Amino acid sequence: MIVRLRQPRREVEMAGGRAAYAVLHDLGLSREGHLIIRNGTLVPSDTMLEDGDVVEIRPVISGG
Amino acid sequence: MVDLPRHNANFCATHLQQLCVRQVQRAISDFSMFDDSARILVAVSGGKDSLALWDMLVELGYRADGLYIGLGIGEYSEESHRITSAFATERGLTLHTVDLRDEHGFDIPTAARATRRVPCSACGLSKRHIFDRETTRLGYDVLATGHNLDDEAAVLLGNTIRWDVDYLTRQYPVLEAGHGFPRKVKPLARLTEREMAAWCVIRGIDYVVEECPMAIGNRHSGYKETLNEMDERSPGTKASFYLGFLDRMAPLIRSTPASQGAPEACPSCGAPSSSSETPCAFCRLESTASAHEPVPVRMVLNRTARRAFDAQWGEE
Repeated sequence: MIVRLRQPRREVEMAGGRAAYAVLHDLGLSREGHLIIRNGTLVPSDTMLEDGDVVEIRPVISGG
Repeated sequence: MVDLPRHNANFCATHLQQLCVRQVQRAISDFSMFDDSARILVAVSGGKDSLALWDMLVELGYRADGLYIGLGIGEYSEESHRITSAFATERGLTLHTVDLRDEHGFDIPTAARATRRVPCSACGLSKRHIFDRETTRLGYDVLATGHNLDDEAAVLLGNTIRWDVDYLTRQYPVLEAGHGFPRKVKPLARLTEREMAAWCVIRGIDYVVEECPMAIGNRHSGYKETLNEMDERSPGTKASFYLGFLDRMAPLIRSTPASQGAPEACPSCGAPSSSSETPCAFCRLESTASAHEPVPVRMVLNRTARRAFDAQWGEE
């Protein structure tokens, strides 16, 4: 699957068949600080992500 | 669908919107922020919180216009302005705009360099001055800002760590009008940053997702990360910390309006100030910064922020 990250914008290829929270954990990202958007739809972090998915991990923290 | 651990539940799009609207209505009601007839000016930045707030207030039937300040933070400000203008135009809303460089002869990167201030300090000072001035000048009853629960909890953590009693006594979702300052409210105080971002995704609101390059790695963000780590281990900690403060501590320590200073008028701009003899902090900032050569954003970023800025926007 393709995982799109922000700050800065970039894409990484990861194996599917894992829950979204596990992907966040592998990337060292907190659940409370991010939303998971799979194929354009907001999903909970226990959602299974599969090969072929396009997943955006969107940060929600702003420092202003 | 989104998971909200502090509620120990997943929310579909419909129920997330219901939750957000109810929390905003409760904040408006509990803190007597404004009534149905109020003319509200929403401070909008192009970020998720301010656009979500504006969207919600309009959805609830309030008379709410927007105020955007062009801070001159390179491409970040250009994108913020484009997104905010598009939001207003698509919905037929009134957006007022003040551009720092055009109207005051400086921008935030230049102000930071010229005054040797932290950029967020120069930015906060400028925004507060212009928000106050424009709310009064344009005749609005109240200024609404998009500060959310995470913002307020992070500020509370900082104030508590420093035991800054003066700031703690004033930390509240409503600041009453007085001494020339307009009434200011924070209707998102009961909603988290993640809930606001989810609102925007569900409502199809385009917003600036990237962090302000000048705020990357600042202390405020560090407090938020700390609170989020605590929330990961024990969901609801962040909300309990801030909402518990409002419920049980704020009533004991809140200062009365009479004890809040600034009874004088700045001799230069007339804004409320601690002295009628010397110009206010904003006028001093303007005087120094406007005499300085324009400074590109990249020049005032620390190494981490510069790397992020270059990766996001390209080297200048």
